[in-house]
Amino acid sequence: MPRLRLRVGVCLLAVASLANLAGCSPKQERPAGGAGAAGSAKSGSMSLNIKGSDTMVHLLTAWADAFMKTHPEAKISVTGGGSGTGIAALLNGTTDICASSRDLNEDERQTAESKGLALQDMAVARDALSIVVNPQNPIAELTLDQIAAIYTGSVTNWSEVGGPDETIVVASRESSSGTYMFFQEHVLKTKDYAAGALLLPATSAIVQTVSDAKGAIGYVGLGYAHEAGAKVKSLGVKAAVDAPAVMPSNESVLSGAYSVSRPLFLVVSREPAGATKDFIDFCLSDEGQAIVEDNGYVSVK
Amino acid sequence: MSFRHIQDRGVKHVLLAGASVSIVVVALIFLFLFREAVPFTSEPGLGQFIGERWRPTSMQQVGFGLLPLITGSAMVTLLATLIAIPFGVLGAVYIAEIAGPREREILKPFIEMIAAIPSVVLGFFGLVVLAPLVKTLFGLPIGLTGITGALLLAFMAVPTIMSISEDAIRSVPRSYIDASLALGANRIQTIFKVVVPAAMSGIIASIMLGMGRVVGETMAVIMVTGNAVQFTFSPLVPIRTMTATIAAEMGEVTNGSAHYQALFWVGIVLLFVTFAINLVALRVLKSYGRA
Repeated sequence: MPRLRLRVGVCLLAVASLANLAGCSPKQERPAGGAGAAGSAKSGSMSLNIKGSDTMVHLLTAWADAFMKTHPEAKISVTGGGSGTGIAALLNGTTDICASSRDLNEDERQTAESKGLALQDMAVARDALSIVVNPQNPIAELTLDQIAAIYTGSVTNWSEVGGPDETIVVASRESSSGTYMFFQEHVLKTKDYAAGALLLPATSAIVQTVSDAKGAIGYVGLGYAHEAGAKVKSLGVKAAVDAPAVMPSNESVLSGAYSVSRPLFLVVSREPAGATKDFIDFCLSDEGQAIVEDNGYVSVK
Repeated sequence: MSFRHIQDRGVKHVLLAGASVSIVVVALIFLFLFREAVPFTSEPGLGQFIGERWRPTSMQQVGFGLLPLITGSAMVTLLATLIAIPFGVLGAVYIAEIAGPREREILKPFIEMIAAIPSVVLGFFGLVVLAPLVKTLFGLPIGLTGITGALLLAFMAVPTIMSISEDAIRSVPRSYIDASLALGANRIQTIFKVVVPAAMSGIIASIMLGMGRVVGETMAVIMVTGNAVQFTFSPLVPIRTMTATIAAEMGEVTNGSAHYQALFWVGIVLLFVTFAINLVALRVLKSYGRA
């Protein structure tokens, strides 16, 4: 409790001094509502920490660069580590904004509640997961069920899904990755990954593995698949055996035809205010969403 | 009391304080590890650790079986040690007994410099150079395997083994060598029948210390072993070590969850393994001190 009081005090001081500088009365400056007042504790300084999803690091860096051009007083630092890492950091109070490529789970919501945090998540972009294989692999498309069978280990050779006689090397992200969780939930239907699945520490390691090993399969964000170019080959995904194969692209994600896609979130622990709010507003603005498209992700608008 | 006397006593106390602080810190680390790990014993229970399913984030049924992690660590460590021994020991013999003084002056620091290479750099080298090599050499579908990790770790253990073995070999009394040569043994016979056996306890200690370094190494193994949590005794498939598991998973876990406590138990197991190895090394070094 004393800590909170101290915070509010600091916040009032900061607001007052800001108001003095701006030459207007403190009353107008102060945001309304208890949550808002708590949130503005951070707004005194314009430095923002963003931590979390590796999938979103590129995008967030691009956003931060653009934002800092128009807000020279802002200092934004972006770090990856995985969505789980970011959420843990947010719950432990060591980051201002968490970038997450998945929904928060029940445990995390409960922890937040027990700590008295009013978590808010905002979808700021969408991402398609490209299922990628080695360019030498003749396979061009798979059904969702086949992908699930490969990742859960019931299919271990490409010949079982109409390919050459070649052992399948299953490449996945680490369990701290939001992509890992998303894939497990929506493609594997919550089944466990095969024991032999490689748990690689980064998307770039998946690209490296898939481009090195003839029998490898992996999943990477659409932007990374573009970036990897000819090193990997994206597969068409069929929702059912007789459905058409859909390639991952902005259009197919927006239209809903490509099924392995997900929203990307920014999560904050209280009502956004000050720099936090400005930054999130910027991400959602037309300019911010144009950056989304430029980086190979899909706009939420 | 003279100034000199006061100075002596001062230094003594400073040293004593320094030593005590490190002992207290080590004790606190032990205490901390156990404090975080202990709740696991009642819920979900230590029986969880027996098994070959390490699936702490499973959405079906979580599993905390330590077997794949222990065999992964053990395999990589033993293989790395076996690979490093001939290079380390023969290298030490060469530097101590055969190389000329100038050669030694170049070789020894050069090899010791290997120990200064950050393991993440070695890991990167392993990922880009060693893994494709292992893949073609053994005709594997993928190069990220236990043996890749072992080769890389062997490279990291060689400086430790070589440097300590060399000290041991050089401290074999000159009279042994002279006696052997006087009896008509040639140089190679002298080295392998007299010098090496006389230095054996030092050599064994150096191997144990190299092993200690290998078992605790994290960054390089995380990058080149593929990190597949599977229970296997084959070095030609992807595996995962205890250190890699802690490093990869500690970041995401909620403080106080069963997964969090399980990771502390992995840490405790690891601590005891390295502790045991170091203890053996110290024992052997001690007996070598008497030789």
